[in-house]
Amino acid sequence: MSETKEIIISTDKIHTDQYLVNMGPQHPSTHGVLRLLVSLEGEVVHHIQPHVGYIHSGIEKMCEAISYPQIIHLTDRMDYLSAHMNNEAVALCVENALQVEVPDRVKYIRTIMDELSRLASHQLWWCVMGMDLGALTTFFYGLRDREHILDIFEETCGARMTVNYNLPGGLMFDIHPNFQKRVKDFLKEFKTKLPEYDELLTGNVIFRQRVDNIGHLTLEDAIAWGVTGPSGRGSGFSCDVRKHQPYSAYPMVQFEEKLDTKGDSFVRYRLRIEEMWESIHIIEQLIDNIPEGDYAVKMKGVIKLPEGEFYQRVESARGEFGVYIVSDGKKNPYRVKFRSPGFSNLFALNKMAAGHKIADLVAIMSTLDLVIPDIDR
Amino acid sequence: MTNEELQAYLTGEFPKAEVTLGKQYVEMIVKSEDLVETSIKLKGMPQLSMDYLFCLTGVDYPEKMQIVYHLESTKHRHVLVMKCDTADRVDPKVDSVREIWRTAKYHEREVYDLMGVHFNNHDDLRRLFLEDGWGFPLRKDYKDEVRIVER
Repeated sequence: MSETKEIIISTDKIHTDQYLVNMGPQHPSTHGVLRLLVSLEGEVVHHIQPHVGYIHSGIEKMCEAISYPQIIHLTDRMDYLSAHMNNEAVALCVENALQVEVPDRVKYIRTIMDELSRLASHQLWWCVMGMDLGALTTFFYGLRDREHILDIFEETCGARMTVNYNLPGGLMFDIHPNFQKRVKDFLKEFKTKLPEYDELLTGNVIFRQRVDNIGHLTLEDAIAWGVTGPSGRGSGFSCDVRKHQPYSAYPMVQFEEKLDTKGDSFVRYRLRIEEMWESIHIIEQLIDNIPEGDYAVKMKGVIKLPEGEFYQRVESARGEFGVYIVSDGKKNPYRVKFRSPGFSNLFALNKMAAGHKIADLVAIMSTLDLVIPDIDR
Repeated sequence: MTNEELQAYLTGEFPKAEVTLGKQYVEMIVKSEDLVETSIKLKGMPQLSMDYLFCLTGVDYPEKMQIVYHLESTKHRHVLVMKCDTADRVDPKVDSVREIWRTAKYHEREVYDLMGVHFNNHDDLRRLFLEDGWGFPLRKDYKDEVRIVER
């Protein structure tokens, strides 16, 4: 008979040293090629160092060699979910530099398309937010509704994601005769579908335990790290460019900037759902009142900007998107800088996720709604 | 403050800087030795409270390297474009403002990566997007071998 040894494990003698784990570059929850170097103590995140640049494509350098209408085509390759807003930023920047006033019809259509893009982007975000936390059903619900918006885009401008609908001076072509009817049909249907999102995920106990009181970001940190969009507004940072520096038809519509001060993952989630209601509200105010008129101003064949510097801010689905153009009077810009919302938002991740479990890191990253080409450019 | 008020206020407050009224925003060119001191004042003074740095970038001009800071006050909602020139284009050095606006840490890394501007007192000045030894693509003398469209 062999003696059985009693093994006593004393928990206070176990030391878990910090160790480093690479999360990514190929990781489903990073939504692209992003590498997070996570230092862990047990399963508690101690520090996160994001490594970016895997799909850096040098768009700013490319822009220096091409003309302004061509730049627009590159901008929707950055944040492909806010393609229309990015296009609009460049178009507005060029128009402001040349002091071109576009017809009201263009402003209305641009704003409607902006909000449709925002809806489509938030729908996809909602899909993957659920999926990141293990709820696959949300993916089908979200994509089902997003499909209708992409169909409207396809009918209007031929493309589903990289829309390229804007030009300096207006739009590439007029809206399709079906546009208004289809948008109204979609809104009518989506208003019955959006409450389903709440039923499916917002009230779900498992989901709430993953996001409530997780990933706090204070107002001071949000401002200091430049976190904008719904992520910043969840911390009480009033940063909606549509309110503070209105462009296109936003001065003509009534809408609310959704703010909260709690700053946790759930608030960031809830604000995006509320923003979808606001987007519906904005489109409803505009869709029946699109004024008659031209869809574009006649611009010169070769657009040359006057010497100087021009900056245009727009509100993309992820936050504040900015275009900074330095012109030396030629047909190409001297220098172009894109201020992408994702870049600033990403680097606040360490502030939000440090001290939480590594599983929560996935949830927190989801609420930031990162699009990697937007960060890398 | 409106742009005119802001311009007048800044001219009085920073006599060494050059304050002009640009097409959109008030622009202020500061000397590189005054950069950190000016930045602390811009953020700290309650009348200015420029606490939100929304864009930091560099521009390579033929005779100088310029770092451009786009600042906004979340309280007063006025916008200022602060610029800092370095005469040395080959090895430009500018003080880091990462302790004043924390987002600057990574924006400065990007500028270092793409333009080769060295930020003094930066705790983690490494390349951000590109490999080591790549060169600085946003400089005007950068040779791009595969570029098709000539400027």
